[in-house]
Amino acid sequence: MTDKNALELKDLSVAYRVGRRNRAVLRNVNLTIKAGEAYGLVGESGCGKSTVALSVVRYLPRNGSITGGSIALDGKDVMKLDAEALRRARADSVSMVYQDPGKALNPSLRIGRQLTEIFELAGVTGQAAEDKAVAMLNRVRISDPASVMQRYPHQLSGGMQQRVAIAMALANDPSMLILDEPTTGLDATVEAEVLDLIGQLRRELSASILFISHNLAVVSNMCDRVGVLYAGMLVEEGSTKDVFNDPRHPYTVALLRCLPRGGQRKDQGRLDTIPGFLPGIGANIVGCAFADRCALATERCRAEPPPLYELGDGRLSRCHYHDKAQSLPRATPAEIAATAPKQAPPVLQVEGLNKTYASHGRPLRAVKDVSVSLRPGETLGLVGESGSGKTTFARLLLGLVAPDDGGSIELEGKQLAPRLASRSEDQVKAVQIVFQNPDSALNRSHSIRHILSRALKRLGGLSGKTLDTRLEELVRSVRLTDRHLAVKPRQLSGGLKQRVAIARAFAGDPRIVVCDEPTSALDVSVQAAILNLLADLQSRQDVSYIFISHDLGVVRYLSDKIAVLYLGRIMEFGPSEAVFSGPHHPYTEALLSAVPKLDRTESSRIRLDGEIPSAANPPTGCVFHTRCPRKIGAICETQEPELTEAQPGHTIRCHIPYAELARLQKPKIVEPA
Amino acid sequence: MSATDTPASLPAPAPAPDTAQRSPWGEVLHSLSRSGTFLTGLFILLFWVVCALFGQHFVPYDPLASDIIDALTPPAADHWFGTDQLGRDVFSRVIVGSRDILTVAPLATILATIAGTALGLVIGYFRGIVDDIVSRVLEAFMAIPVVIIALLAIVALGTSKITVIVVIGLSFAPIIARTVRSAVLAERELDYVAAAKLRHEGALHTMFVEILPNVIPPILVETTVRLGYAIFAVATLSFMGFGIQPPSPDWGLSISSNYGMIGGGFWWTVLFDALAIASLVIGVNLVADGVHGAFND
Repeated sequence: MTDKNALELKDLSVAYRVGRRNRAVLRNVNLTIKAGEAYGLVGESGCGKSTVALSVVRYLPRNGSITGGSIALDGKDVMKLDAEALRRARADSVSMVYQDPGKALNPSLRIGRQLTEIFELAGVTGQAAEDKAVAMLNRVRISDPASVMQRYPHQLSGGMQQRVAIAMALANDPSMLILDEPTTGLDATVEAEVLDLIGQLRRELSASILFISHNLAVVSNMCDRVGVLYAGMLVEEGSTKDVFNDPRHPYTVALLRCLPRGGQRKDQGRLDTIPGFLPGIGANIVGCAFADRCALATERCRAEPPPLYELGDGRLSRCHYHDKAQSLPRATPAEIAATAPKQAPPVLQVEGLNKTYASHGRPLRAVKDVSVSLRPGETLGLVGESGSGKTTFARLLLGLVAPDDGGSIELEGKQLAPRLASRSEDQVKAVQIVFQNPDSALNRSHSIRHILSRALKRLGGLSGKTLDTRLEELVRSVRLTDRHLAVKPRQLSGGLKQRVAIARAFAGDPRIVVCDEPTSALDVSVQAAILNLLADLQSRQDVSYIFISHDLGVVRYLSDKIAVLYLGRIMEFGPSEAVFSGPHHPYTEALLSAVPKLDRTESSRIRLDGEIPSAANPPTGCVFHTRCPRKIGAICETQEPELTEAQPGHTIRCHIPYAELARLQKPKIVEPA
Repeated sequence: MSATDTPASLPAPAPAPDTAQRSPWGEVLHSLSRSGTFLTGLFILLFWVVCALFGQHFVPYDPLASDIIDALTPPAADHWFGTDQLGRDVFSRVIVGSRDILTVAPLATILATIAGTALGLVIGYFRGIVDDIVSRVLEAFMAIPVVIIALLAIVALGTSKITVIVVIGLSFAPIIARTVRSAVLAERELDYVAAAKLRHEGALHTMFVEILPNVIPPILVETTVRLGYAIFAVATLSFMGFGIQPPSPDWGLSISSNYGMIGGGFWWTVLFDALAIASLVIGVNLVADGVHGAFND
């Protein structure tokens, strides 16, 4: 390793021109990445993370311009390069991997063509280029590269596509690799694979890495040093360990507190939140940018912009009171009223539910023989990779999709008709949903008042004055105000939109609300507020949730029971604590192991090979045997295991006896002190 | 309830103080007001609208008054565009001739839009067998030239402006229905439609209250495009004698009664009417281009 810096940003300022005015996006960012170093850049959306990446390769959108400072790549000033030199620099020394590999690859060219093209640019042609491409695919651990070369991007899974994108980025042996949210949108199991790959490549290559992510845990696992960006300013920097274990800026402190950590559960207290909003781009900032949202802020913070204080050991913090940052008071009180566990009869009882689609003439069993029960005020967490049938199951409950004949859904002891149209008004309003994407879920042509009034009219059966009174209550219960009623959804931020969607679901006093990844599109601070809101509403109204999420920390926080689905089958079902603490099904074990942990205490590393098989052609025997790290033999391939009770209320679908699972998984569940 | 959470207690929701402040329609208007294409088209269109509304008050001659002595005089100071075979002032006729076409074509387009939108919403929303059958019928319908349909209708119903409006309106409706259908197909997959189902909303409410407002932009674009075609269709039908009837100074009609004169060198009896049709169609198409651009930026 040399002392030369791979990337050096000096006082970089970038502005976007909007409405004939330059609006500052980055403000005097200083950042240095040493050769061979992995640097993580974190912050909520709108902080300017991606703008940093785009500035480095001078790919800013047309209305963006660098208004000050300098960028040096490998010691060369990027700002001074002419078009040809810039092209050379992009071709030779810097590569970028984007969030969505599906969009980064050309859909109409074979993988092989796209890869060899890069080598041809470097002057290698014909067979030599092809050999290099195969070597590149081998390097990103793609088995059978020859066949992958022949395929088109759409024929590869998301994880494979991202590997190919990484292979392309590495093809020119760059000195600087920029990864912009490379695993966002991938399943946890695939994310783990891609992160492992990046980790391994780091050891093999000399490239420096700029790793951009909103996921603090991912950054903590991948990077040596980390910078926290807020409102286009670097507010804290230091070694990853220091920043995450001993943060010195209130914003970092607050961000870390928003995450449900260490198996925190809703009955142990509320999550902390960050009040207020990020200053809009181009906002005129006097004093500290975070002062408005910071409980520690004093007059000095509002008047005098804090410099980047040097705290020694390469640590920097842009806070006047960096020594007190960790004493930041909570924005949300943790206390909650203790609720006594109830033994009410189940509100929902599902027996033997099946859903078969026809796929090219073959039956595709999206949901197979699912039985669950749920009490009032409980949350059932649905966990599994995409394609495991979580959403189909939710749609069956809602009646949006009709199940196969045979199974039954009972709501408060009464049979629910399979189709929504044949359910009674009371049953319809009793089962509602909060969708993943509020932009799709809220009609963009209607005002918030229209959306909620209509829900109250149809679901609550209200009209006139009573409707208005109830509307006011409803709006307050999700912590919106009258002011929000007049606007259209697009005028609200993501978190506020999701509150409207929650209010709509609660308009008719539902018994069950399906929450389909309700926080996956939100920043962590907003996510915490939404999770708190859901927990509060639940404890107040005794409503039950079916909670779908790929984020196991979030599921664990909110759920009382967990159902782990794989290819439409329940692999494990039981009380949340039992499922998480184990012994668990090998699939659950693998899912848990795939979650990046903030404290880097990786006790077990179980990686699933390949991707989830097609439900149209499921493996024989135990459907998980093709990927199971604990497969015991032929029985797994020939005979489908029954869902057997391991402990009261905790069932596991596995041939390995419970005691044996406990023995196998024992060393791995040691929690760090 | 304790204020355990924050957004409510904070000033104004987040939108950045930029173009996001404008409503979507405000943004479209803003974009239109800066589009040269749209403004040029609008200028041409407005010119003809003014002629249609007030032309008869400022034209130098009565467009219907014939003066056999002065027949077929070439353009000159007292007859700017010359006179036709009956000695009628061509300039006055061109100006006032915009009136019928600018009544019939827009009305036909509005009829096509209303019928096409309703049809498109229904087949896009219900899909399945309804869509299969109706779509095939529409395709068959679209395969027949407007002129043939007009001929049949006029034989059956007799010539009148109403017949022309109905014929053009109904023959354009399938095209608009197809545009609306594809917009509705995308829209109905959005979760707000599922949310409406989960309120037991009826199909009519879902189609017209939930979905319709969101498919207005493509409908508006298609409508302006159709207006251009409608103008052309009206002129064609009039030229063939199935459209607007004499003694109207309508452009298509004038061309058809004078085009035999071109051979004799009396070009002015046809040229100015033809230019009028062309300019109106171009104007409407420029407007359509501008509207399309404003919605798709």
